[in-house]
Amino acid sequence: MKALPFIVLLLGSLLTISALLIWVERRLLGQWQERYGPNRVGPGGILQTAADVIKLLTKEDWIPPFADKTVFILAPAVVVSAVLLSFAVVPFGPSLVVADLNIGILFLLAVSSLSAYSIVLAGWASNSKYALIGGLRGAAQMFSYEVYMGLSLMGVVMLAGSFRLRDIVEAQQNLWFCIPQLLGVGIFFIAALAETHRLPFDIPEAEAELVAGYHTEYSGMKFGLFFLGEYLGIVLMSSLIVILFFGGWQGPWLPPLVWFGTKTVVVMMLFLLMRATFPRPRFDQLIAFGWTIMLPATLINLLVTAAVILMNRHDVS
Amino acid sequence: MIRDLPILNELRLKFGTNGVQVEETRDGVPTIRVDRASVVPLLRFLKQDAEQPYPMLFDMTAIDERNRKTRPMEASNEFTVTYQLFSFVRNQDLRVKVALSSDDLALPSVTSVWPSANWYEREVWDMFGISFNGHPHLRRLLMPKSWEGHPLRKDHPARATEMTPFELTDEDVETEQDLLKFNPEDWGMQRKDDHIEYMFLNLGPAHTGTHGILRLVVQLAGERIVDIVPDIGFHHRAAEKMGERQTWHTYIPYTDRIDYLGGVMNELPYLLAVERLAGIRVPARAEVIRVMLAELFRIASHLVWYGTFAQDVGQLSPVFYMFTDRERIFRIIEAITGGRMHPGWFRIGGVAHDLPVGWTHLVREFLEYLPSRLSEYDDLVLRNPIFQARTKGVGRYSTQEAIDWGVTGPGLRATGFSWDFRKTQPYSGYEQFDFDVPTAVNGDCYDRGLVRVEEMRQSLRIIGQCLEYMPEGPTKADHPLATPPNKDRTLQDIETLIHHFLAVSWGPAIPAGEVMAKVEATKGCNAYYLISDGAPWPYRVRIRTPSFPHIQMVPLISKGHLLADLLAILGSVDFVLADVDR
Repeated sequence: MKALPFIVLLLGSLLTISALLIWVERRLLGQWQERYGPNRVGPGGILQTAADVIKLLTKEDWIPPFADKTVFILAPAVVVSAVLLSFAVVPFGPSLVVADLNIGILFLLAVSSLSAYSIVLAGWASNSKYALIGGLRGAAQMFSYEVYMGLSLMGVVMLAGSFRLRDIVEAQQNLWFCIPQLLGVGIFFIAALAETHRLPFDIPEAEAELVAGYHTEYSGMKFGLFFLGEYLGIVLMSSLIVILFFGGWQGPWLPPLVWFGTKTVVVMMLFLLMRATFPRPRFDQLIAFGWTIMLPATLINLLVTAAVILMNRHDVS
Repeated sequence: MIRDLPILNELRLKFGTNGVQVEETRDGVPTIRVDRASVVPLLRFLKQDAEQPYPMLFDMTAIDERNRKTRPMEASNEFTVTYQLFSFVRNQDLRVKVALSSDDLALPSVTSVWPSANWYEREVWDMFGISFNGHPHLRRLLMPKSWEGHPLRKDHPARATEMTPFELTDEDVETEQDLLKFNPEDWGMQRKDDHIEYMFLNLGPAHTGTHGILRLVVQLAGERIVDIVPDIGFHHRAAEKMGERQTWHTYIPYTDRIDYLGGVMNELPYLLAVERLAGIRVPARAEVIRVMLAELFRIASHLVWYGTFAQDVGQLSPVFYMFTDRERIFRIIEAITGGRMHPGWFRIGGVAHDLPVGWTHLVREFLEYLPSRLSEYDDLVLRNPIFQARTKGVGRYSTQEAIDWGVTGPGLRATGFSWDFRKTQPYSGYEQFDFDVPTAVNGDCYDRGLVRVEEMRQSLRIIGQCLEYMPEGPTKADHPLATPPNKDRTLQDIETLIHHFLAVSWGPAIPAGEVMAKVEATKGCNAYYLISDGAPWPYRVRIRTPSFPHIQMVPLISKGHLLADLLAILGSVDFVLADVDR
């Protein structure tokens, strides 16, 4: 039962990291956009998110009378639990993992994509037109990115010869997979943006036309959970990118956890930078992009990787 | 002479000498009076069959003549409906007036000739109670459905103190809310057809994407737009009615707030019209100062458009950069006028003060600062592939459609038609400036953007010339009607003291007459049509704004696009709700 304290610690740090990430994002956006960002609560505004959480928790817990009550409450819980559950297989260090499953990648893909349900359910249960359109967009978007998201990882799996995340990290002892899988890392990064519904893929939210999309009717901490889910998603996807393509915890001199953390932070910053840079494509453009460009590119990546592996094997024998 | 214009002879030949009577106006715009029966054929002739046609219904309004002392026509003429046409080939306006008596306030609708007449006729019905036979949906446009009376009639109160105290009970709230409910059948729309049940999405009046309190009821098949019914009037502040209660001078600040991003640009057409009525020649220095400030405001307005347009297609950062730049413009405006967004700084006959010491430094600094920023924005926004994918080919219209619907300004030039009133009918000394009129080809959202961005560069050129060639001399005309009058002689001479006292306490009495002045404002052509009865206040103020026809056109150019495109279209049209509703 030594796992229990670790799990508690993990949950605690994940929530703290997400809260910090929100603050970091707002400060960085401020810097990039020639303004300050939150700088009043605590030193440099670091406690802003804490203040926001207190505000959200003490707000009236409002459920619109026209909503489907059970599903309405369930929806925000789905996204947070799905993302938190996915962290169970993430190795933060050589032995820092909750469950070292031998099908780690498959488990992760399966569980993390459950979060799309939360968007669809929220959109449906709100019983409001804006939320409904947002929910439907979420579903349409999921169909277009889930396919190439999973496939883009198969190159890594082939190179490592395992679905276990720890094996994948260890297989990168000599060469990070981001070099042989350059295309794969690009594709997976785009898919990860779509999975976390960050700009330019925040189409279910699209505040310009849909007010707030699927969570239009949400307020208080139920809205806060969607928010938290989004930022936990960024942490998850960034850790995953580091594990799969950038050698995970590996690195000289420093302890593994520090390496893992540093790499993850860099990738997270990239997520934030995306938001400051890009406009939002239309959802039909995103779907067309997924099926006509990303999917073929993924398949080519897969074929080439397989061919190279087979050729090398032939040389050996 | 106006009476001998070839078009008038052409009309007399076709419609008889009695049917077409020429009226003198102060602005020299050919004005004819026609009888009710020949309105539609005459307008159709002018639009389609005349040798050099008048293809644009520039404006349409009415006048309640009942209290007018200097009425140009016989006493039975109690209301006048005015059609203001514009011919690009001739570069000429034409005003067509129809007299009505109050026991028979009806006219045939010209919606079959100009689609844009739809809203104009609804507005005239709303404001004057003149009905138009054959109009597809003749109902109130600006006032709430529950409103009693027609506000621009002279017997309608203009002040709250002239009415019973306002009360809003819970039942009233209920009734008003019920009246706002959208009923598709009222607009001849289907709730479903054989394959699909439509969704009616209520976009606004409080919505993040509508840039103000505009309500659009969108009929959707999935996310595809089938039709849109715009509902305007939430920003209506009775600016035209106010004009009848303010002196010529005290009305100036109201004009600032019509297109609230245009600032002093709005004062210009109003003052040009007043000065034309009064016969004031504005000194050269005042003219150039006016041009410089107006162009600064054009850039400020375009910067707001640029940022919000990028935001409408989901780009978060540009709006912050552009508002920062706009702030630099406001710093100059503040140094010169003391105000920021609405300085109310132009005066009848000139401007309020001379330029402050050191203004050249401020302006020069800005002229050096902005160009590099603009090219940075080109990379950030206009050359961004996602931005292009969102805006190219979206919300397209042709030059022909633009003219049919009364589109002016960048929206017209984006279709490839080079027409700028600063060039074609120069005012305030624009003929002395060297600048180009940017145009584009396709008339889609992207091209409207391109034109505006290039316009900012041209405005910088104009401002540079103002800086270089600013003439010396007075900043207000030496004219008895210039307001406030020059004070230098009042302490020596009782006559000028009396005059000064009257002009300051009551305001100037502008000579009777009708006049219109138009300018190339930030969003298109803004025009003031003023009628003076020789009193210290206008008899009628008609404000023709560019945003009004532009918004009316949105349903046409949005049909068949997706919901997300609607926001790109709204952003590219660049309207201000105060400019629509007045």
